[in-house]
Amino acid sequence: MNMDFIVDKQTKTVSITKEFAFELSLVWDAYTKPELLDQWWAPKPFSSRTKAMDFRVGGRRFYAMVSPDGHERWALQKYTSISPKTNFKLFNAFADEDENPELPGSDWDLTFSEQDGSTKVSISIYNESLERLEKMVEMGFKEGTMSQMENLEDLLAKL
Amino acid sequence: MLIQIMRRDIFQAIADPTRRAIIALIAIQAMTPNALAERFDTSRQAVSKHLRILTECELVTQEQKGREIYYSLEIEKMKEIDKWLEQYRKIWETRLNQLDDLLATIKNQEK
Repeated sequence: MNMDFIVDKQTKTVSITKEFAFELSLVWDAYTKPELLDQWWAPKPFSSRTKAMDFRVGGRRFYAMVSPDGHERWALQKYTSISPKTNFKLFNAFADEDENPELPGSDWDLTFSEQDGSTKVSISIYNESLERLEKMVEMGFKEGTMSQMENLEDLLAKL
Repeated sequence: MLIQIMRRDIFQAIADPTRRAIIALIAIQAMTPNALAERFDTSRQAVSKHLRILTECELVTQEQKGREIYYSLEIEKMKEIDKWLEQYRKIWETRLNQLDDLLATIKNQEK
């Protein structure tokens, strides 16, 4: 399935759009329930482990990306606005294992809309700096991992 | 410290329209601050400030030729930007494909 990925350097915003052939309530749950989030959030071979999550304005999700060798990279997402089944916003930052955020972070805006049984998710991520984006890529998604993922993709395509 | 971090921010370097225009010009050929100032109808001082920021971001290199300093673009550094973004794009692609698979699995279980 196609994904749109647009980087606007002027507004320092990355926009990601993807359509899913499923109803909105299901997609919304996948984004807002920890037990579902952990099943897709981390790009393989990483895994996502949510330690605490409270989906309400002022609440947060504190989770780790866990590498295959068990290395944990913690992140904190604070929910700043929620319009049920329509939109939510969060402030995203890396953190230490004691939940202390490492600033600067990024502001995320996620919009959900349904049409003819399909759900479109539009995510816009505002980053203070490209350096942070670089850090994000580096935080465990080192080049080796990326090529590993490419290999996996290639393999899956052939099956 | 903060100022230094901000100046090294490549996003900031390319966010300014004049700096983007400078990048476009020196990508074609090395130019002196005076030549650039003429092209932009701006002071040499202003151009020098932009060049300093670009230099701190390691997007440009300087070469002394006689009494003039020529600035040229570090193409490799620009490529790095694309490389980062490509990796970031891949993370999202993988992530959202996984979500797609998960939704299909849940849907099948419901049946």
